[in-house]
Amino acid sequence: MAVIVPSRKGYAVNPLKSSAPLGAALAYLGIEGAVPLLHGSQGCTSFALVLSVRHFKEAIPLQTTAMDEVATILGGTDNLEEALVNLKTRMKPKFIGIASTALVETRGEDFEGDLKTILRRRSELDGTKVVFASTPDFHGALEDGWAKAVTAIIAALVEPRSPGADAFRQVNLLPGIHQTPADIEALRQLIESFDLHPVILPDLSGSLDGHVPDRYVSTSFGGTPLEAIAPMGRALHTIAIGEHMRAPALALRDKTGVPATLFPTLTGLEPCDRLVTLLSRLAGKPAPQALRRQRSQLVDSMLDSHFHFSGKRMAIAADPDLLYCLSMAVSGMGAEVVAAISSTANSPLLDRIPAERVIVGDLADFEDEARAAGAELLITHSHGRQAAARLGVPLMRAGFPIFDRLGAQHRLTVGYVGTRNLLYEIANIVQGEIHEPRPGDFSPSPRIIVEESGHVCETASAC
Amino acid sequence: MSDALKTKIADVFNEPGCAKNAAKGDKERKKGCSKPLTPGAAAGGCAFDGAKIALQPITDVVHLVHGPLACEGNGWDNRHAASSGPTLYRLGATTDLTETDIVMGNGEKRLYRAIKEILARYAPAAVFVYSTCVPALIGDDIEAVCKHAAAKFGTPVIPVNAPGFAGSKNLGNKLAGEALLDHVIGTMEPETSTPYDINVLGEYNLSGELWQVKPLFERLGIRLQACITGDARYRAVASAHRARVNMMVCSTALINVARKMEERWGIPYFEGSFYGIEDTSTALRTTARMLVERGAPADLLQRTEALVAEEETRAWDRIAPYRPKLTGKRVLLYTGGVKSWSVVSALKEMGMEVVGTSVRKSTAEDKERVKAIMGDDLHMVDSIPPRELYAQLKEAKADILLSGGRTQFIALKAKMPWVDINQERHHAFAGYDGMVELVRQISLSLFNPVWGDVRRPAPWERDDPVPAHTATSAA
Repeated sequence: MAVIVPSRKGYAVNPLKSSAPLGAALAYLGIEGAVPLLHGSQGCTSFALVLSVRHFKEAIPLQTTAMDEVATILGGTDNLEEALVNLKTRMKPKFIGIASTALVETRGEDFEGDLKTILRRRSELDGTKVVFASTPDFHGALEDGWAKAVTAIIAALVEPRSPGADAFRQVNLLPGIHQTPADIEALRQLIESFDLHPVILPDLSGSLDGHVPDRYVSTSFGGTPLEAIAPMGRALHTIAIGEHMRAPALALRDKTGVPATLFPTLTGLEPCDRLVTLLSRLAGKPAPQALRRQRSQLVDSMLDSHFHFSGKRMAIAADPDLLYCLSMAVSGMGAEVVAAISSTANSPLLDRIPAERVIVGDLADFEDEARAAGAELLITHSHGRQAAARLGVPLMRAGFPIFDRLGAQHRLTVGYVGTRNLLYEIANIVQGEIHEPRPGDFSPSPRIIVEESGHVCETASAC
Repeated sequence: MSDALKTKIADVFNEPGCAKNAAKGDKERKKGCSKPLTPGAAAGGCAFDGAKIALQPITDVVHLVHGPLACEGNGWDNRHAASSGPTLYRLGATTDLTETDIVMGNGEKRLYRAIKEILARYAPAAVFVYSTCVPALIGDDIEAVCKHAAAKFGTPVIPVNAPGFAGSKNLGNKLAGEALLDHVIGTMEPETSTPYDINVLGEYNLSGELWQVKPLFERLGIRLQACITGDARYRAVASAHRARVNMMVCSTALINVARKMEERWGIPYFEGSFYGIEDTSTALRTTARMLVERGAPADLLQRTEALVAEEETRAWDRIAPYRPKLTGKRVLLYTGGVKSWSVVSALKEMGMEVVGTSVRKSTAEDKERVKAIMGDDLHMVDSIPPRELYAQLKEAKADILLSGGRTQFIALKAKMPWVDINQERHHAFAGYDGMVELVRQISLSLFNPVWGDVRRPAPWERDDPVPAHTATSAA
């Protein structure tokens, strides 16, 4: 439906995307006892670290192989080896996730081969699982890095299903990077409410949900236990969220034979209904009463809030899956997505976004488009604050990073309850902007009639 | 890395103005001062980060980062360097190099096009172009591109050659200084000059701190020709060579600029600080004295003394009410450089006990000052591993931690008060007013009722479970 157009500029102004290695690092942080290691210059880690700390308001264990110029030219294996051994000695992690950066990928090395050699040679690394993902900064953004890290974890740590093994009442959940710790927690509870046992990979709800341990922990604290990853093959089903999780879901299916369902989004009544139907079928149980009540509340909130969406002109900038999720949610309530900016073109979903066109660009494109289209609400991450101030239009913060509002990790926008929250949040911002009518508002000059754009409901695409 | 950059780094490392360097032998000096980083145990920013920090506060220019996304995409708009006017410097511009650009060798072309489009759209006073690791590795000649673009479009285009893998943040500060020396300072003339003109080097106007001290200078008739680079305009920096005296604020950052400006234009410099009451007074006095030595009318000295006396009295009067509350409270100061001692004197004046001050980024001279103020060096610490820092706070060996954002969550997770005194802070702590504000913030933090509440054990952690009969009868 939407036409996908690249930005006309030969450069980026006010970047919308954060880099792929950072996405990989965040995925690694969803593993218990983990330390992510960026293979690059110390600045690669430093920038990613500072940004993550600003978002999560947590100490983030993130390390670097500290490549300098000489090491880059001669090859980074020694630095990688030294980093792994130092990390093991200092922090005693159970898991180290390596993500490469543009610097080392520009030179190019056989990272996986070198890693195997290192692990064979250095017995002191025994007992720590080490995983590598190739995530050069010059390719893709957060979603790509996150998905590659999850794929790498599956490839390295999940055991193939032994033939004839019985399926356990287990459901694997592969959340995308656009799920907050609160989203993941809600999905866990939803799955458990059907008496199914969820294994979540990666699980930020344990590690980056903002809690106060009673002792000092230098690695990630909480997250998917390593013991739970190996037997993912005994699950009844795998649920993946977001198109960027297709590759990890396929990798898991191919390795274990566990069937998988991909939900492009879990925000909105219809996708939530499909998830509940699936869980009900897997569990052989009807939906619990509490859930039925939540659905009813969501329907009521849709009825109450649709007035504030009808015909509203909204501009959204985000990574592809989040852009899809948000634009489907608001257009489904009668709003018009007048500007849709995607950080990358790496998603087949982009042409199904309910907007005339999707620009692959940055926040300068976002600002230009929003201005030209007379947007009444901006939706993007905290870096949109400058555009919002210049345009004098309210900003709803969504995505990564959110550094000028607290509680990003506890924001719930999936499921019946999450959808209800999101609709109320947007409706309240829109309501807050309503001004007292003035005589001039009713001038005889012709007003622009905004046609409500139709929206297309997504059907579950099983992969 | 180009030979030019290698020479530059060697030159910066061989800085005669640096006290640490001067104390070294020939052989040691030749090695330079870059400490090799330990893979898997390194912290802190890269040279590009340092260069950007030092130059970004120039407000009326566009800062364009030549490289793949992460360098600018993960780091833009992350400091509170304030501007009194233009907001162009907050634009996050990058060539966002893609795989194709790198493989096809299109980096230089892409950079040139970006400069051209930026000049056309934003009409900045200048464009600062930052090199990063990838273009440095594939051999993009950013100096040539900048030179060509500047000639073609008639606007200064300044190459800043400090790729991340060249070294630390501190090296990046200095390489940024070199870019100013090579391409900016001395390229324009100021509209007017007075015998009272000074530059302040290494002050970035974070949270508006420059504006806490600028009025003090103005009351003395001293004019800030250029602040390098807090709230700076390109033109002011370009004509900074006409100032009479340079004050260097952050000693290690831009010492090469101070020394070379003395060498080229005969501008004497001194090192001073606006953190702490005494330090602010000393900075004002030294500025006045040096201006008079260079021909400013001598009454400046008396006027300075009068101002200092008035402001010190006013500051101490405002701080005095906090003294009874703060006396005996124990502070752990985890920062470095001048702050390791300049803040200590104010805290001691409050009757506070400084249980430790870190000197990891301090010079030998800084350390001497700490010793002089604290009476001994028993509480002078180098760096404290996070685990130990946590333990110290958890065991309540200090009542409050003053540090930077990196250690914030160590204090908070130990449920201990914390005040941010590093670059990400939101409160301005410079000059007389700043020190009053710091004392106020410490007091607010220490006496916030939240501490009592969050430290209370959870119901299930209590040794004396509520007896059954009270549990049923209560409420």
